[in-house]
Amino acid sequence: MQNMTLILLLAGMAAASFYMGRRRSLAVVGGPAHGSQLHSLPGYYGYFTLISCLLPALGVFLAWVLLEPKIIVALVVDNLPEAQRSLSTGELNLLVNNIQNLAAGDVTSGDIDAVMRAAAERYNDYIAASRKLLTVLTLGTAGMGGAIALRRIRPGFRARNRVEQTILYLLIAASSIAILTTIGIVLSVLFEAIRFFREVPLTEFLFGLNWSPQMAIRADQVGSSGSFGAVPLFAGTLLITAIAMFVAVPIGLMTAIYLAEYSSSRVRSTAKPLLEILAGIPTVVYGFFAALTVAPWVRSAGESIGLEVASESALAAGLVMGIMIIPLVSSLSDDAIHAVPTAMRDGALGLGSTRSETMIRVILPAALPGIVGGILLAVSRAIGETMIVVMAAGLAANLTANPFEAVTTVTVQIVTLLVGDQEFDSAKTLAAFALGLVLFVVTLCLNIIGLTFVRKYREQYE
Amino acid sequence: MAANRKNSREIVEAGLARRRRKEKAFRAAGMLATAVGVIFLGVFFATLIFQGSSAFVQTFITLDVELSEDVLAPGGELDLAYADFDGLVRSALRQEFPDVSGRSERRELYRLVSIGASYQLRDIVAADPSLVGSTITVEVPASSNVDMLVKGNIDPTIDESLRPISDAQVRWVESLQKADRLHTRFNKALFTNGDSRDPELAGIKGALMGSFYMLVVTVALAFPIGVAAAIYLEEFAPKSRWSDLIEVNINNLAAVPSIVFGLLGLAVFINWMALPRSAPLVGGLVLSLLTLPVIIIASRAAIQSVPPSIREAALGLGASRMQVVFHHVLPLALPGMLTGTIIGMSRALGESAPLLMIGMVAFIVDVPGGFTDPATALPVQVYLWADSPERAFAERTSAAIIVLLGFLLIMNLAAVIIRKRMERKW
Repeated sequence: MQNMTLILLLAGMAAASFYMGRRRSLAVVGGPAHGSQLHSLPGYYGYFTLISCLLPALGVFLAWVLLEPKIIVALVVDNLPEAQRSLSTGELNLLVNNIQNLAAGDVTSGDIDAVMRAAAERYNDYIAASRKLLTVLTLGTAGMGGAIALRRIRPGFRARNRVEQTILYLLIAASSIAILTTIGIVLSVLFEAIRFFREVPLTEFLFGLNWSPQMAIRADQVGSSGSFGAVPLFAGTLLITAIAMFVAVPIGLMTAIYLAEYSSSRVRSTAKPLLEILAGIPTVVYGFFAALTVAPWVRSAGESIGLEVASESALAAGLVMGIMIIPLVSSLSDDAIHAVPTAMRDGALGLGSTRSETMIRVILPAALPGIVGGILLAVSRAIGETMIVVMAAGLAANLTANPFEAVTTVTVQIVTLLVGDQEFDSAKTLAAFALGLVLFVVTLCLNIIGLTFVRKYREQYE
Repeated sequence: MAANRKNSREIVEAGLARRRRKEKAFRAAGMLATAVGVIFLGVFFATLIFQGSSAFVQTFITLDVELSEDVLAPGGELDLAYADFDGLVRSALRQEFPDVSGRSERRELYRLVSIGASYQLRDIVAADPSLVGSTITVEVPASSNVDMLVKGNIDPTIDESLRPISDAQVRWVESLQKADRLHTRFNKALFTNGDSRDPELAGIKGALMGSFYMLVVTVALAFPIGVAAAIYLEEFAPKSRWSDLIEVNINNLAAVPSIVFGLLGLAVFINWMALPRSAPLVGGLVLSLLTLPVIIIASRAAIQSVPPSIREAALGLGASRMQVVFHHVLPLALPGMLTGTIIGMSRALGESAPLLMIGMVAFIVDVPGGFTDPATALPVQVYLWADSPERAFAERTSAAIIVLLGFLLIMNLAAVIIRKRMERKW
């Protein structure tokens, strides 16, 4: 909460600096009556002072808050006696954790000895000192920045240009965040994946047929060797995606055709928003529906015709996922169909072909690239879909093409590997990042190809 | 010549019936496809409302509880922490059914009411200590099994071993019903409690607050950054490799699976920056990265729809480019940007996969009171409850989904209204 007061103080200083900058600009030319002697409007001098006061101080504040915990921990560890410092990383982390808990007055695990008590005290001292220093530094920077800015105000000073330049830099920074996000995704997934591939060879991961990520905790443990052959996961993902596409592509495409070509405008104006609702339902809700309504229904339907159906069959998850993707396919197909020039459609109709013939022989071939692009985007969506399969598909990695059996997918395994207590550097958790890398690369390729198809196609007729 | 013409006409006419049939079949297939989506929606909502509506009411049992001084204040002094409120509830139940004897039978009897009953009594006594010594009539929540029986979700006619409630308990419930001591009332606990292992005490307030804090962080970050990025890309960016790269990036980010954002959050915010696990702050950061592309794309479209004549007029009157944007373009594009932001927020509200990655999937009883308290979110609560085997949790899951969909509906309606009210046609 101390940070909150500091930020409020800073906001107060910023407001004051705006006011002071504005007043000073008017003062240097001798009052509001002579405002026209200034290069910029008085408000811009205010903004200039505000920016000089606020930006450096905020930078100091953020850097401090981000680095503070690490530095303090490093200082405390440095001051520990030799016996504790030579502990393994894991034990040291536990010790630091206990010291922090002790310092905060929380429950600690294990016994408290004098060394820990002293360390906790030192920890609290460092925190208190750091707080004080942070307050002084932040407010000092703010004051200094504001003061320097005030001194620079002259009638000929180009405050507007300065302010606008700063705003432009901020705008550029904001738009670079998209790039930073992508870099962040690639780096975070790649680094952990590389650590994983140091323990498990890439070929075993990509071509191995056996997936059982349980690692032995003790050396003599039975049955937990840990094998990371991801082929069953890829097969399971493809199976569920294929089922979803079998549902979504024909239904989505036919819906788009019907709404574009046949339906009255009244039907269109009710059916379209209804389908958009389908697209807006959270995936966790689809997952609940798949697990508790569709899966039992599929099971009993299968059993009534004498089929052995697993209670977490790929079919149930795939069916519901297909329904979820219908709106995506239908809206992208709709765009593609509407982009075909009316002249082509009218020409075909004028030559005497029926509407369905026009659609199948003329419009669909012309719209095909756009539709294919849309389907690729839909496939990427299905591969990356998580909640439906987490709730309705199984956990066991079966290598099968039978839709009535339970299969598992890449996303399900990422979730199961990372949810729960696991030390972060075991091969088990790192495997999740390797799977994430595969997922990211595959969906990225599909997206790029799909988006290029869609865009190229649109340009063709524009 | 004449024979030839007749010939082609004959050919066409011979094929007409077949072609008309095909046309009809094609049309029917289209209609069927459209119907599938709409029918699914209908079935979906019907199931949800059918399953979930009963969770908004809860069965209560009326008990006459004697707040005896001997139990509450044995030493003459009232100590709420150690007072045996459970014992009071039990003796009230014994009074209600004096003919129940034997340990196991009594234990079954005690299981009629929820353990929330003793907390309720404690709160009553804490609010008014002068009640000690008197007998009060209170409505306490029934246990979830009784609740399910009263709502008809447990069939009392099937064999005793197949249902979670015994024959004796069914009998007692029936006699309570006859004595008019069993009522169903609005389930306030659903909206005022945090999560609980006991379905009758479990509520969504914790999850709602968690979602709320997350959305605050998300909107505070994603809206300004998204709008700023859109302004730069539309109004200032030179046509260069860099701006092309940003453009491709944004379009791709919009289609990256949400779980990958969760991996990013785990690796960067939790492992590298050492931010707290399970905190709405981290959830909000991840969700703002997730919604940023949505907001940028919508904001760009809004800026594009402002006619160039406005920019030209302002420039002609001597405004700088920055002034043109902030004084003229931005106010006109704002409704479209707000619509895009609300739609992005509704996507963020329904998102759960990335939150699983950053530990917002824990069982958390306390309602979070800040941005760094451990919390969960409404869709994650749905996921957690959906895993519970009890029938009463299935009902509450549906109720939580109804609440979630209600919020999404309100947000989308707000977006539509803003678009209708404020958008200008040029």
